[in-house]
Amino acid sequence: MSDHLDLTKLIFGRLTLQELPLHVPIVLGTFVVVMLGAIALLAVITYYRLWGYLWREWFTSIDHKKIGIMYMILGIVMLLRGFSDAIMMRAQQAIAFGDSAGYLPPEHYDQIFTAHGVIMIFFVAMPMVTGMMNFVMPLQIGARDVAFPFLNNFSFWMTVAGAMLVMSSLFIGEFARTGWLAYPPLSDIASSPDAGVDYYIWSLQIAGVGTLLSGINLLVTIVKMRAPGMTLMKMPIFTWTALCTNVLIVAAFPVLTAVLAMLALDRYVGTNFFTTELGGNAMMYVNLIWIWGHPEVYILVLPVFGIFSEVTSTFSRKPLFGYASMVYATVVITVLSYLVWLHHFFTMGSGASVNSFFGITTMIISIPTGAKIFNWLFTMYRGRVAFEVPMMWTVAFMVTFVIGGMTGVMLAVPPADFSLHNSLFLIAHFHNVIIGGVVFGLFAGINYWFPKAFGYKLDPFWGKCSFWFWVVGFYFAFMPLYWLGFMGVTRRLSHFDDPSLQIWFQIAAFGAFLILLGIISMLMQFWVSFRRRHELRDVTGDPWGGRTLEWSTSSPPPQYNFAFTPQVHEGDAWWQMKQHRYRRPTDGFLPIHMPLNTPAGILLGGISFVFGFAMIWYMWPLAALSFIALLAVAIGHTFNYHREYYIPADEVHRVEASRTELLANHV
Amino acid sequence: MSDTSITMSAGGGSPEALSFHVAADYHPENGTLLGFWVYLMSDCLIFACLFAAYGVLGREFAGGPTAAEVLELPTVAVNTTLLLLSSITYGFAVLEMQRDRQNPMMVWLAVTGLLGAGFITLELREFAHLISIGAGPQRSAFLSSFFTLVGTHGLHVSSGILWLIVLMVQVSKKGLISANKRRLMCLSMFWHFLDLVWVGVFSFVYLMGVLP
Repeated sequence: MSDHLDLTKLIFGRLTLQELPLHVPIVLGTFVVVMLGAIALLAVITYYRLWGYLWREWFTSIDHKKIGIMYMILGIVMLLRGFSDAIMMRAQQAIAFGDSAGYLPPEHYDQIFTAHGVIMIFFVAMPMVTGMMNFVMPLQIGARDVAFPFLNNFSFWMTVAGAMLVMSSLFIGEFARTGWLAYPPLSDIASSPDAGVDYYIWSLQIAGVGTLLSGINLLVTIVKMRAPGMTLMKMPIFTWTALCTNVLIVAAFPVLTAVLAMLALDRYVGTNFFTTELGGNAMMYVNLIWIWGHPEVYILVLPVFGIFSEVTSTFSRKPLFGYASMVYATVVITVLSYLVWLHHFFTMGSGASVNSFFGITTMIISIPTGAKIFNWLFTMYRGRVAFEVPMMWTVAFMVTFVIGGMTGVMLAVPPADFSLHNSLFLIAHFHNVIIGGVVFGLFAGINYWFPKAFGYKLDPFWGKCSFWFWVVGFYFAFMPLYWLGFMGVTRRLSHFDDPSLQIWFQIAAFGAFLILLGIISMLMQFWVSFRRRHELRDVTGDPWGGRTLEWSTSSPPPQYNFAFTPQVHEGDAWWQMKQHRYRRPTDGFLPIHMPLNTPAGILLGGISFVFGFAMIWYMWPLAALSFIALLAVAIGHTFNYHREYYIPADEVHRVEASRTELLANHV
Repeated sequence: MSDTSITMSAGGGSPEALSFHVAADYHPENGTLLGFWVYLMSDCLIFACLFAAYGVLGREFAGGPTAAEVLELPTVAVNTTLLLLSSITYGFAVLEMQRDRQNPMMVWLAVTGLLGAGFITLELREFAHLISIGAGPQRSAFLSSFFTLVGTHGLHVSSGILWLIVLMVQVSKKGLISANKRRLMCLSMFWHFLDLVWVGVFSFVYLMGVLP
């Protein structure tokens, strides 16, 4: 009997049947719904015989456009999960007053706020920002793919593996109850002995590999693969922000890797980096994680500034006002983002001079950011502004982000921060900049580049519904939190005693409900647009009157992006081409050199998932096995020298001729 | 398409002179070496964090052994010599590669790998000795950060050796084709980078820890 037990323990580690949530009705219900959904999805794919298509055309694809789209889909799916967490918290806080304990027990509530933060930052915002850069940037610089196409596919699947680990924590075991940055000593093995923090560590480490490699990849792409003539100061502004963001990724994510590795060593090996005895120093964790964490904020928001710049200039029918100052502002923000991390813990007690230094650097960041706001406003000034959906998001951003920026400057003042630290004022502030900045920007970008990606515009009616529900919902949901924060209400509470506060939480819950309608409208928008795709078709490749090179090719672009590599003379290259009445060549095509698809990326991602899962549950033999498999597949992949092929000139000619015909029939 | 025609027409001369696409086959520069450099810099940041952690925790002996008590400079001197020599031999391998002399190159690569393996062996002996006298990574924050910093470097060298073996197999199968040369250059950068990091570890951890 005991032999049997030992064997079970060896294979399954600490995973037992008790870890399945059979006794928690909410989770069990979710599990059943998710499983039914998954089975239905798999059945549909099988019924329509789509597996081969998905495998060949998407999962193994190294086409940057398809990988970009897959990143966006991952982000939207995870947004639904992250938002479910949000609305559960809002509902709990709206009812858990006085005698009512609400419907979520504290240990469950703690997992929800942790998962919400982790998912929204790492598996919603990051994939969507990376997806945008992946899809748009190579087109903007006139390239045919990224510098390392295989690495791109591999990065994506590592991100998926991390997301899958977070998702499995919902049904197998539990997630961390530590808050989204897992500060020790709460996250050490003595205080959090269960698998929650290990889920946190391994999902972020695995996804982090993907993020770092995609950062290197996109950085090299921008440096090495720009079309001839596109000097740095002629790059589209979105490409500039992508460049700065990828510099930040490369310079920030190793810090996260290192600090999480140290936390993992503390938990697995028993080292004393962050323990409270034997010389450990928990505040070192807080410092290190914010040295990653603050640049992370700019990793998310810089590309979005780029999106707003492109949108503002296109829909105002004007070149961007102050292009050079926009570039310098972006670079200054990139540098400054490394000099402000301590403002996340002024209350740590570093002393007045240290706090002053970081308070001042933080306030200085608002100068380049303010310059950007004025640039956008002056771009609109005397422009013929077309209020299409992307532009509406941009205007909402300008108003909302300025409010968030100003509350940020308030928090940057150390004495004020001492009373606002960890209060709902802080929660309101960072949601104000992340939703009002990053999320609005991503939605502007989705509406703006969707026709490029799929060949038809998104339906504007549902787009506007989504816009109004989101924007109004945002104000209802977060303005009360500013107020509550001023009254001293702290974050992460699942129950309140003072009944006079309840009305504000109810207003916030109403706001979350409006945002839910906004999300539903967005999904409706996708569905309706797909149904009406023939009416909404974009035949020109340039539905908005764009200015940059991605609009010079067809929608969706051919696999090779450009039949001939563009020659650039000025910024706004496509605009200049239109001014000069550029005619696309209709013959003289050459064979085009392109990378071949490979299943190595999805294979490595899958094995990494197994490895992470095995490490979380102490399944040592499986962990060793999957690690060896990981090495074997990676090394095996390097023995494949046959990675490229030529698209024959005839094929290029055929694709281009059909576009010529399409243009002739419609324009 | 020439630069002169661009400058001339930019002033608003004859717009027809501008060409907006490259009619010939266009290949951007290969970015592998730049990409690998960028990767090395990110790896360097991981080491920077570990050095920083050692800087914060390196004197936290928690009543346990101090650096001066447990670290042995003679072993480390041998160790350091092996690793520095291996960088030189890798340099010789690259020289042979540039002359397209495959066999001497393979010999130098093998010597490099053996020197690296010698380094790892000595390091593992040191670790085993420390653990046996009760100075394992759990004993104090100093030892935690010591083992992690030195161990991470050792892990890098070990993966370098594995990579070296794989590349030797690939060169023997495919010869010195350009893809293999590029890979050899990447490993070369990796190897010298680890050497450089070791110079930091040697001075910062061993010399400063042991010398008064």
